[in-house]
Amino acid sequence: MSLTELHLALLAGAPRHGYDIKQEHDSWFPDTRPLPYGQVYATLARLQRDGLAEVVETRVDGGPERTVYALTAKGSARLRAWLAEPAAPTGVGAEEIVRKTVSALHTGIDVSGFVARQRAAHLRRIRDLQGTPPGAGPAERLVREHLIAHLDADLRWLELATELLPAPDDQPTVRSDERKPA
Amino acid sequence: MSTVQLSGVSHAYGRTQALSDVSLTVEPGEVVAVTGPSGCGKSTLLMLTAGVLRTQSGRIVVAGTDLAGADDAARARFRRRAIGLVLQFGQLVPDLSVRDNVALPLLLEGHRSADARAAADGWLDRVGLDVEPDTLPADLSGGQAQLAAGARALVAGPQLLLADEPTASLDTNSGRALLDLLVKTTVQAGGSVVLVSHDNAVAARADREIRLRRGTIAHQVALS
Repeated sequence: MSLTELHLALLAGAPRHGYDIKQEHDSWFPDTRPLPYGQVYATLARLQRDGLAEVVETRVDGGPERTVYALTAKGSARLRAWLAEPAAPTGVGAEEIVRKTVSALHTGIDVSGFVARQRAAHLRRIRDLQGTPPGAGPAERLVREHLIAHLDADLRWLELATELLPAPDDQPTVRSDERKPA
Repeated sequence: MSTVQLSGVSHAYGRTQALSDVSLTVEPGEVVAVTGPSGCGKSTLLMLTAGVLRTQSGRIVVAGTDLAGADDAARARFRRRAIGLVLQFGQLVPDLSVRDNVALPLLLEGHRSADARAAADGWLDRVGLDVEPDTLPADLSGGQAQLAAGARALVAGPQLLLADEPTASLDTNSGRALLDLLVKTTVQAGGSVVLVSHDNAVAARADREIRLRRGTIAHQVALS
């Protein structure tokens, strides 16, 4: 489940308390279901328990006491590892690719590397699906074409996302095995 | 020896910079997709590699020919000998029949006209263009013109096949069949293919994606 990593991405810009994290999430994904406070606090407790985030401050600004969390080195490594892997090119239930792309663009962590890996994963899957397996009939082919159409839509969306939301600080660090010398 | 070698290539149209310091290679037998948003320099890259555009800066060596040092006539000879070119709208010669359009690369190289026309008929059949060979380009649909352009690109057995949106005027099935034929025929003969396309289904056929953004290479990834 990537909600853990998504919370790490939301914490990557600056230490935040639960209320800030919810606000930030809802601004990143304005048309999805707002993040419930209960889920934020449960996730933060789990991040703290697992050593991925730590409490850095307790603020009382005339209101209720607010606990401020920050990423630990382990949390930062976990976030980077998540963004280093493309989302599974399933073509259906594509929330993961949206979460990863929006997180990469907002955090600025290796955006061009992320886009390269995601495109490669999707294109490889399209290529696999374009091959007709032995004995496949028209119905199997239609199912495959449906998946190809969804993967194509993902890639078109990814292209639009990278054009509309240029990353703040994009430093390409594509893995050497993913990249051929020019 | 690489089929295509670009080193530090830049190109401008007036004050508009289309390509900036692009370097890349394409190996024999390799299929490369050049992708990217509109205006990123894809077609300029293709036209420079085909020798249609004159090299402004940098070095372009294709199939052993240094294009920077070649005049217009030399580049035209190079294209006839080494390059198969498929463009989005076919770009057939309007006054020639479909058959003669396809036979043209062989006729210009001095082949006997009966042999060239027989070869053309064979390729028109293989691309699946079901019209009378004497039909003029004006009487073809966009898709039919693209099939004829595919046949013309393959007739002389090119070392390098360059295709700019080669399936854009075709439906999914016909487009995929033409792409299959272009890629398989060229690669099986040891040639290389460069596909320029917006279409991800076309890009997925490549061994490697080169993605352009604002005239520079944004990334290169192996797909196979």
